[in-house]
Amino acid sequence: MPSRLGLRSVALGYLLVILLAPLGMVFYRTFEHGLAPVWRVLSDHYTVHAFEITLLATAIAVPLNTVFGVLCALAIVRRRFRGKGLLNAFIDLPLAVSPVVIGLALYLLYGRSGWFGPWLQAHGIQVLFALPAIVLATIFVSVPFVAREVIPVLRELGTEQEQAAATLGATRRQRFWRITLPSIRWAVIYGVILTTARCLGEYGAVAVVSGQIEGKTETATTLIDDMIQNFQNGDAYAVAVVLAAIAVLVLVLMTLTRPREAL
Amino acid sequence: MIVVLPIAALAWESKRDGTHAFWQTISSPEAVGALKLTFGAALVVALINGVLGTITAWVLVRDDFRGRSLVNAVIDLPFALPTIVAGLTLLALYGPGSPVGIDVAFTRTAIVLALCFVTLPFVIRTVQPVLLELDVEMEEAARSLGAGRLAVFRRIVLPNLLPGILSGVVLALARALGEIGSVVLVAGSTTHTEVASVFVYNVIQDGLAAEASAVAVVLLAAAFVLLLAVGALRFFVTRHERA
Repeated sequence: MPSRLGLRSVALGYLLVILLAPLGMVFYRTFEHGLAPVWRVLSDHYTVHAFEITLLATAIAVPLNTVFGVLCALAIVRRRFRGKGLLNAFIDLPLAVSPVVIGLALYLLYGRSGWFGPWLQAHGIQVLFALPAIVLATIFVSVPFVAREVIPVLRELGTEQEQAAATLGATRRQRFWRITLPSIRWAVIYGVILTTARCLGEYGAVAVVSGQIEGKTETATTLIDDMIQNFQNGDAYAVAVVLAAIAVLVLVLMTLTRPREAL
Repeated sequence: MIVVLPIAALAWESKRDGTHAFWQTISSPEAVGALKLTFGAALVVALINGVLGTITAWVLVRDDFRGRSLVNAVIDLPFALPTIVAGLTLLALYGPGSPVGIDVAFTRTAIVLALCFVTLPFVIRTVQPVLLELDVEMEEAARSLGAGRLAVFRRIVLPNLLPGILSGVVLALARALGEIGSVVLVAGSTTHTEVASVFVYNVIQDGLAAEASAVAVVLLAAAFVLLLAVGALRFFVTRHERA
């Protein structure tokens, strides 16, 4: 059937032009001159430090947002309370709002003339242009993912099993650990993978609040930006390839975890 | 606490100097230019991905070829890849010294390209499940009654897919309006390629957070409206299930 082939080539052609060819090109450019220059960039003190900051922020944000996401999902699906619709709407906000706007909002809150600025300064706590701001920005942008994955699964699940367990004398805690959590397990894992990917790759919000101080508050993504601004394109490719490799790994994990959730 | 408080601070800051100052900032030629460009580019990109995303979803569900599941997995790449890396990949292939002889760096084409990249999965992922549910028998029945291929698509497939396509388009639109990471490297901040988020970023760098907040509030409002639109679409689609 010609039209079937036609549509197939349109779809695959589009993916090739916009996704795969550019990605392949970065890998090619990076390893064009062999491994030695890549290793030199990646073992550089500043690069290592930038990756450490990124990993640290991710390590703090992911567990927090996982717990928060599951609690939020439970509250939205199971409970009735005032402002539930508002919570439901606000939880999606970080997905729709520009990361730069999020960065600016944090800037206005914790900056020197911001709401918390004077208090923080009086107590000698540096938030903006320091690690706390990077962590806050990372948490903010990755809030919705776990809740978004868990909510539909909780809806499907219903409460019958838990009610049965309750009549058999299971406590609230037992019901959660023995019934609810195992049922939403795959959705949580999928959400955690998405959260991790988002945290590692966050740029806009972090760029605003971190100040991008080399060797101090530079993250892997802002480092790429700085390298390009300084015409060190080769160096930027090397850092990007590490992040791209992580992204491919994330993709593999997503593919492995998704089918079970669809059941 | 983490989400609402900063947003409140932002809204407060933009209003602090009064509505007059707000309008003055927002109507400066740079701000207006950036906002126009952003909304224009986002609309174009949402439309491109609306059409090509629907086609891709159809190919992934109805077509059968080797490597289909691999292609299906690749669709999520823009969700997994840091946006700044996405920008860099586009710069590597379509920037200065391009091996295919296309250099669109610092043009508006580059903005559209970058936004197409990051919003690619939205329409595909909202249309795919609907297509999977859609009964092929309905289309076969129409064909057996003499409907042409175009008529089947227009009368049966499209009306069923429309809510899915629309929510995908709206999500893509929201994402495209706020995108910075992928755009900043390929389009930079030349006067005719500065999108709103890059504009806000540059103004903050100049130490003018209050000025930045005016444009930021416009982006925030647009995000709110689009979220409401998605919510309304979801409500509309599930209406018959709840009734």
